[in-house]
Amino acid sequence: MNRFDYIRAESVADAVKAKASDSQARFIAGGTNILDLMKYDVERPTRLVDITRLPLAEIAERPDGGLRIGALVSNAKLAYDERVRQRFPLLSSAILAGASAQLRNAASTGGNLLQRTRCYYFYDTATPCNKREPGSGCPAIAGVNRIHAILGTSEHCIATHPSDMCVALAALGATVEVEGPGGARSIAFGDFHRLPGATPEVDTTLRADEIIVSVDVPAQDYGQHYTYLKLRDRLSYAFALVSVAVALKVDGGAVTEARIALGGVAHKPWRDEAAERLLVGRPAGLDAFKAVADHILAPAVGRSQNTFKIGLARKAIIRALSQAAAGTPQSQVDKRIQ
Amino acid sequence: MPEQTHTRYGSNIGQPLTRREGLLKVTGSARFAADNHPEGMLYAALATSTIARGRVTFLDVAAAKAHPGVVDVIVPGNTPQLAFDPDDKDSPFTFRMDVLQNDRVRYANQAIAVVIGETLEAATEGAALLAPRYDVEPARMGLDGNETFVPPAVGVGEPPDIDNGGDVDAGLAGSAKRVDATYETPAQYHNAMEPHAIVAQWDGDKLTVDTPSQALTMGQGRIAQLFGIDPANILIRSPFLGGGFGSKALMKGPQILGIMAARRTGRPVKLVLRRDQMFGPVGHRAPTRQTVRMGTDDSGQIQAIHHHNHTATSSFDDFFEPAANLSHTLYAAPALKTTHTAVRLDTGTPLFMRAPGEASGSIALESAVDEMAEACGMDPLAFRLKNYAEVEPISGKPFSSKNLRECYEQGAAAFGWSKRAAAPRTMRDEAGLLVGWGMGTATFPALIFAADARATLKADGTGLVEIGAQDMGQGAWTALAQIAADGLGLDIDQVEFRMGSSDLPNGGIAGGSGHTATAGNAIHAAGGDVIAKLARLATDDQRSPLFGAGNAGVVARDGRLVRRDDESRGESYADILARAGLPALEGQGSAGADQDAQKRYAMHAHGAVFAEVKVDPELGQIRCTRLVGAFAAGRVINPRLVRSQYFGGMIWGVSFALHEEAVMDHRSGRPLNANLGEYHVPVNADIPSLEAILVDEKDSIINALGVKGVGEIGITGTAGAIANAVYHATGVRVRQAPIRLERLLGDLPLAAE
Repeated sequence: MNRFDYIRAESVADAVKAKASDSQARFIAGGTNILDLMKYDVERPTRLVDITRLPLAEIAERPDGGLRIGALVSNAKLAYDERVRQRFPLLSSAILAGASAQLRNAASTGGNLLQRTRCYYFYDTATPCNKREPGSGCPAIAGVNRIHAILGTSEHCIATHPSDMCVALAALGATVEVEGPGGARSIAFGDFHRLPGATPEVDTTLRADEIIVSVDVPAQDYGQHYTYLKLRDRLSYAFALVSVAVALKVDGGAVTEARIALGGVAHKPWRDEAAERLLVGRPAGLDAFKAVADHILAPAVGRSQNTFKIGLARKAIIRALSQAAAGTPQSQVDKRIQ
Repeated sequence: MPEQTHTRYGSNIGQPLTRREGLLKVTGSARFAADNHPEGMLYAALATSTIARGRVTFLDVAAAKAHPGVVDVIVPGNTPQLAFDPDDKDSPFTFRMDVLQNDRVRYANQAIAVVIGETLEAATEGAALLAPRYDVEPARMGLDGNETFVPPAVGVGEPPDIDNGGDVDAGLAGSAKRVDATYETPAQYHNAMEPHAIVAQWDGDKLTVDTPSQALTMGQGRIAQLFGIDPANILIRSPFLGGGFGSKALMKGPQILGIMAARRTGRPVKLVLRRDQMFGPVGHRAPTRQTVRMGTDDSGQIQAIHHHNHTATSSFDDFFEPAANLSHTLYAAPALKTTHTAVRLDTGTPLFMRAPGEASGSIALESAVDEMAEACGMDPLAFRLKNYAEVEPISGKPFSSKNLRECYEQGAAAFGWSKRAAAPRTMRDEAGLLVGWGMGTATFPALIFAADARATLKADGTGLVEIGAQDMGQGAWTALAQIAADGLGLDIDQVEFRMGSSDLPNGGIAGGSGHTATAGNAIHAAGGDVIAKLARLATDDQRSPLFGAGNAGVVARDGRLVRRDDESRGESYADILARAGLPALEGQGSAGADQDAQKRYAMHAHGAVFAEVKVDPELGQIRCTRLVGAFAAGRVINPRLVRSQYFGGMIWGVSFALHEEAVMDHRSGRPLNANLGEYHVPVNADIPSLEAILVDEKDSIINALGVKGVGEIGITGTAGAIANAVYHATGVRVRQAPIRLERLLGDLPLAAE
């Protein structure tokens, strides 16, 4: 781990200024990812700006009935917040499907959005990686790629975004509220994370001198018909091979609104709004669910070890839609698949 | 078997005492090796190779030295002189090590330099600044594509090919039913919670080290050999180990580098491996590809078994996973042979890892037996009973004791095995999940090693028992203290028990599931020696109420000697010593293999494991929901600790069957998941309801205490039972561990399609 300066930001403006003045500075909140990255020499920041004292640790009501989630709200606090459990149970469920209790206690909302891929090669500085060292190559494409992406990949990168929480936020149509030297702006969740394209080193559309201040979730009514289904190699503390977040509105057996997002399959939480529209107005049944799954996965490409994810994702989408339609969401306490 | 000179009654052996060091551990006050901070201590960090094969051509030593806080950089050429070539081998237990003897790189994560700093941070960053350059040679990886050869020996000195004289090919040819199946297991790394760590300090030619060791005397000998000093000048302190599993049985290169760093700087040095640095220089379980050929007659009687194991070792040393040898002991077969082949790879040298050979061999053999039972149309338990070995199949020797039938019976009853549906993929739970029940037989050899112990009776009648035994977490501090107390006929609170330091009598190896037998018998014998001397003092003394009773006429109990024929007549230990004017009375004891008994008997612990899994019928997610194991392993010293060992083994079996795998990049030769986030072992959610049944077994042949080992047997049987349960649930036979959901998916269509 390199030597670095450490400063504590006293205000959001302070934090933005500290980061803007040094392109190699990084924010630190929970530290559940940046410290790993520093220990592996993947990140070698010159300066850590501690933002944990900023007044961003509250969950506030929005005028529209939605919630404003401060960037420093811990994953655990968010998951167990009574308003979140009642009004956005999909978000609570997705958070509880991720990481471990210890990590959820430390990890922040903003940090969750900004966590970096868990691609083996990204973490191993002895190997090339276009995300870590642009232009050096992607050893995963012809190497060990069982855990890698099947959607939205490029010839430069097949890494996935590891978050569970973000899959739910994508489905819920959240916005990311940021501040920078030029003031505040709002980024639609679907625009926040990027596909790798030719620049896999850029994970998000957040500018280097901006800071996330909150994640806003608009009011909605998916409390009855939702689920977060996560498939993984062990029942806790493992990243998703495939995960599916579903939120539906069902009226008289027909779907009136649908949100579907996938995790573990792409460089960003994967939401396909055209597929969602396929469901609207149709009976909540297997035929519609299959059509949706097939639409989402039509562009999927498997590699030597991860082709199974395409078939797994198809089944998982259908199962998740069935769970949501039936109003029997996946429990994150008993890890049994339902 | 040593002659019993007197009778000692103890109330300590057999009691479910809680761990005596438990309070220290849960309060964080147990001092593990890396918790030591002698005055003036420096920190050493390893720089490790990023390639698997080649030469280091450049290290930026100047950059590392210029980093603030860096004190010294050790590279090939400036290492302290060793008295023994680290590439020499003078016994099968002397493993070649990498201690900067040259610029060769033989595996990924090999040490290529040591950076010593005033702080851990300085040393770590100094190591990163070395920015090595290499002449890279292509890595040789995987079980294919490299020259296959027959190893000279497997395990620690067993022949690679063994048979029982029967004609296997003829047996198979004449069989009515046959199975010929190949099973694969991946490389696994020990990953004890506590990494290898050492704090070394020199005082002239005297050396003190704090380091976790499963074998203090062997470690002392190895350090003495390498540094050319008297073993008596080396003190190794190892009161607690945060797990060993075989990887701490021998001094490894990084520990020697820590001692070298202390030598060079003249100051105490601490070196702790990072988790990723444990994937290379400190051993692993080698991958295997095992082929089991088995045949039966029409009645389901096995006619022949051939178990072949193809495995891998390093390019520069020999350790061959003896996986096929598990088949020597379990199932009766008139024709039985085991064979081994191997390749050399650019990895660190494999090493014994909890149930070495047995764990890998068991999942293959137990799966094959399950396949054979099905081919015969028999229940897996009935098939095993039909082929029950009354004598050891490979040798024809009788067993010193074998209560496996009782294990089958009690395990099956507790599990409810009789309700198992014969056909696969026919059982479902109320939620519609596929339910599978499988079983496996567990076995592990009952080993004992050489050890010595010392027992002292003090003037106040309390005892002191000393032995250089090792507690890896298995509970030696408690179980051995129970034996020590009974050995002296005292309550456990009246005995001070010391262990975990090399200045105590040689406690042998904490390995091979033999430590309780080894250290325990030595301790018990030492106590017996003291009591015999004490009894002689009393029975020869006219002033004693025991006068004339004779040694065998005296019983030691509760700190008193009493007459066997009249227990009201006796006196306390303290009184006997006081009258004799003795401040203390010391006795010695030893333990070791009884060569004669070993020639005549086969000695093994046995067990039966029953597993339930539930599998999602479409998504393939596997969950092990229930495990019942019944084990017979001789005398139980502490049922609580024994049960805990069985649980640990069974959990390891879950890991073996469903989780563990070192993911290797075959191009670079690098392990890719060298951390506990990605190298999966089970978490609590993966562990089912566990039940371990302690089946009574008396063995008067095996050793004086009648103790077998319990540390490793729980893995055997379990992994195969789970694999068989997955088959029973799904009808899909996965012959590759760990069993991943994608290996089932193709056979699990959507219900509606």
